[in-house]
Amino acid sequence: MAAIDYQSLIPNNVNLDSDKRLQRALEKWQPAYLDWWNQMGPESFQLHDVYLRTAVSTEPGGWAQFGYVKMPDYRWGIFLADPVADRRIQFGDHIGEPVWQDVPGEYRNVLRRIIVTQADTEPASVEQQRWLGMTAPSVYDMRNLFQVNVEEGRHLWAMVYLLHAHFGKDGRDEADDLLARRAGDADKPRILDAFNQPCPDWLTFFCFTCFTDRDGKYQLGALAESGFDPLSRTCRFMLTEEAHHLSVGETGVERVLRRGAQLAKIDRNGDARAQGGIPIAMTQRWVNYWYCYSLDLFGSEISTNAADFFGAGLKGRWAEAKDYEEHTALNQWHQMAVVEQGKLTSRDVPLRNAMNEVLRDAYMKDTERVVRRWNVALEEEGVADRITLPSSRFFRRQGIYANLPFNPEGELISAAELARRTPEWLPTEEDRTYVTSLMHRVEDPGQMANWIAAPRRGIHGNPVEFEYVRPPMA
Amino acid sequence: MAEIAYPAVNFETHPSRYVHWHLAVNGNVAVLSMKVQEDGGMWPGKYELKLNSYDLGVDVELADAVQRLRFEHPGVRAVVVTGGYDKVFCAGANIRMLAQSSHAFKVNFCKFTNETRGGIEEATAQGGAVYLAALNGTASGGGYEMAMACKEIYLIDDGNSAVSLPEVPLLGVLPGTGGLTRLTDKRKVRRDMADVFCTKAEGFKARDAVKYGFVDAAFPRSRWQTSVDERAAVVAAANPGAPDAFPVLLEALAPVWTDEQHLDYRYVSVRFDRAARIAHLTLRAPDSAPSASSATWSLRAWRELDDALLRLRVNDLDIGLLVVKATGSAQAVLDADAALGTQGWFGREVRLFQARVLRRLDNMAKSIFALVEPGNAFAGSLFEVVLAADRSYMLEDDDGENAVCVTDVSAGSFPMHSGLTRLQSRYPGDTAAPDRVLRHGGTIDTDAAGTLGLVTLTPDEIDYEDEVRIAIEERASLSPDALTGMEQNLRFGGPESMDNKIYGRLTAWQNWIFQRPNAVGERGALKMFGAPERPVFDYKRT
Repeated sequence: MAAIDYQSLIPNNVNLDSDKRLQRALEKWQPAYLDWWNQMGPESFQLHDVYLRTAVSTEPGGWAQFGYVKMPDYRWGIFLADPVADRRIQFGDHIGEPVWQDVPGEYRNVLRRIIVTQADTEPASVEQQRWLGMTAPSVYDMRNLFQVNVEEGRHLWAMVYLLHAHFGKDGRDEADDLLARRAGDADKPRILDAFNQPCPDWLTFFCFTCFTDRDGKYQLGALAESGFDPLSRTCRFMLTEEAHHLSVGETGVERVLRRGAQLAKIDRNGDARAQGGIPIAMTQRWVNYWYCYSLDLFGSEISTNAADFFGAGLKGRWAEAKDYEEHTALNQWHQMAVVEQGKLTSRDVPLRNAMNEVLRDAYMKDTERVVRRWNVALEEEGVADRITLPSSRFFRRQGIYANLPFNPEGELISAAELARRTPEWLPTEEDRTYVTSLMHRVEDPGQMANWIAAPRRGIHGNPVEFEYVRPPMA
Repeated sequence: MAEIAYPAVNFETHPSRYVHWHLAVNGNVAVLSMKVQEDGGMWPGKYELKLNSYDLGVDVELADAVQRLRFEHPGVRAVVVTGGYDKVFCAGANIRMLAQSSHAFKVNFCKFTNETRGGIEEATAQGGAVYLAALNGTASGGGYEMAMACKEIYLIDDGNSAVSLPEVPLLGVLPGTGGLTRLTDKRKVRRDMADVFCTKAEGFKARDAVKYGFVDAAFPRSRWQTSVDERAAVVAAANPGAPDAFPVLLEALAPVWTDEQHLDYRYVSVRFDRAARIAHLTLRAPDSAPSASSATWSLRAWRELDDALLRLRVNDLDIGLLVVKATGSAQAVLDADAALGTQGWFGREVRLFQARVLRRLDNMAKSIFALVEPGNAFAGSLFEVVLAADRSYMLEDDDGENAVCVTDVSAGSFPMHSGLTRLQSRYPGDTAAPDRVLRHGGTIDTDAAGTLGLVTLTPDEIDYEDEVRIAIEERASLSPDALTGMEQNLRFGGPESMDNKIYGRLTAWQNWIFQRPNAVGERGALKMFGAPERPVFDYKRT
């Protein structure tokens, strides 16, 4: 067998060329990954030339090289952010000790679980989104979808690198399983629920990238604080890419809202739907659904695992070093609303056990900023409607509020009232049928689907109408 | 956390009152599904039974279901034990409950759950229903131990669900309620793979679990229900069961406290002398002719004894000595025993139950003295109680009327955990002795009983009262821990069986580890579970 030129095939800064262990692992995994991509990646566009950003190094400019590439030829690379000299564990029980370059045996299983859970989300979203290219509202949007997809693929590579490099045979088995599970599959579902939900329309895609990928940002941020240095460096580099996904989602929803406002103004009855748009109230229901589903991803409000992860120095808080002065989180409490005997009351929880909630709080603040920007856009469009975020207790499927009848204001109501009013608050079947009916592919690079406003600018200095995706040569 | 001072536990329940289990019988297959109510714990407000974790109350229902399946649904040939929630079968014993329990309670809890599991295994082994565990989600700790009590284990293969015994890595204690022993002795798992399994908190998912024998088969989600149903149907069809069986509804026992010191059943009375830490247990012989119903003495009286033993164990920790007498007509006991021999399935099933009660007696962490006095009813099945006692005192009366009666039920109807009969166990150095006793047959007077070694001491009328009083007072003065250890050692002489090992190791290793600072000290693993800080171990090996 001819030697594989790893360096050009797989851009990396982890000395893949000389690492026999990694090479052996990838010899088997890389072809399996390509099979998976060809089978589960974007349907019908694998031979198109797509104007994509590729990371070829961690140098400034190196992580964002633009050019046309067919997706299966995308150079999925392995990058760790540059090491920080004399980095120390900055929280938990090992505070002040040098960070670990190798997995401490004591935490091996826990770390593997953390990494596998994060890794599982990356291919899952590619699978969920694989049909969306066929209904892209513009060539510009189609390109963004594919950019998100290939980068989720790269994030899978990044996590698989950790499994291959640090977890031996168990790690290789887990890496194989990551390619065996399938989003929404009855037999081999993805680990987390939100990643088994279908993504049948572009409003869902925008909400997913805005809310669900934002959970990813916060998870990666918390893991970037990790005392296991390779995980920290991997996550720091991934965060630079994640920002693009969030902006695709945030601006996507904003463009749907703007267009909804514009069409409502045109319509004599103020009905965006009559003009073929998506009413703002309907978008609100999508926001509610995906925001709440994404809140579930942070785990239970009161969590033994969260306390263990923090105590062990494996998973910190968002901006642990910058935003906090005290880093043991011992003898501190977090006040939390809990339901006892059918009533909301407040309870003090040991801070370490509330770390999921602390991270969720940071996430919620971030999403509030996003919603404020949407509302500025609605104000600019001259309509009175505003988007609001529901309470973190509404429509939860995990944690202490799971399956309890809360309204979007976070008040306990009767189950009957919840059932009666759910159609106001969450997408109905009829909503979904309508939104799906709007989904038609727009192939002309200069055009946008009627239900979405054009973006302000194109990609990498190119105009919006640039031909970001080109069909294969006949 | 403060230890819970708990109210008396009631071991009687009925399917109509189950909170956590649902029993559905469909033809020759029954489904027992576990859907533990989080707020339905025995001590409301102290802990939540999350993730289908269990406390004693949950296991009391399971034990009741297993017992009722035998008597009330004898047509059932296969029982599928499964979970009522998606994604989790059972997370084992509730850790917060354990953390708040006294050591004595933990021991009793583990013992009872194991007796329930032993009951499941016995039902399977004795031609009743074959138990099958259908793990529709992760089974960890006691959840997997419960599954191991079943003959076959199926695990859903959904890429997530696993079987695990995470006690060592997560809690610093043992999967000691039979878990370790069943891995090696029952499932015949290689010991090195068992070592890997027991130190890997997340356990093994379907592929490895099947490969190394931790489960028997795995089915994908889309074929889960049909695969389990098919397997249950096959197992049920292959199990001939007992063609002459008929449903016997188990009537309620409903004992009465006549005052603080007296708990009365129809055939059993318990008189508490709490100051002296003694319970006087009186077993009364049948007062009516045998029948094939739950009112018949052979079933009713033994269920009463069983219930009384459970209450004594869990609710009366201060009682250190059981003084047992049997009163009434010895002949009536022999008649009742004989009737069972003619009652086919019913007789056999009742005898198996009596054997379980006697094993429960063997497992008591209390001293047992039998007092054999004139007019006693220690005959046949009841004589086994004398054999189970740590000591027996038989009055040598002037008239020579005091007697016991050994029958052939002592030749094998009531095996101990070791597999030996109590007669075999009694004479470790004399293999001919059991036969000698059995050949003697009929009534055995005090003199003969003493010669045959069937009783410990045979004081005459002048000495008897004082001998007994002194023995009781002396017993009450000794260290309760040393006594429990001594009695368990002496009761279980002879060979080891899987059952034997389970209880022996439960009372030795598991309890030792449960007591150690590394588990229950201020920074012990069990104490720290769920707390924001991590455990601190004293790494010295003992």
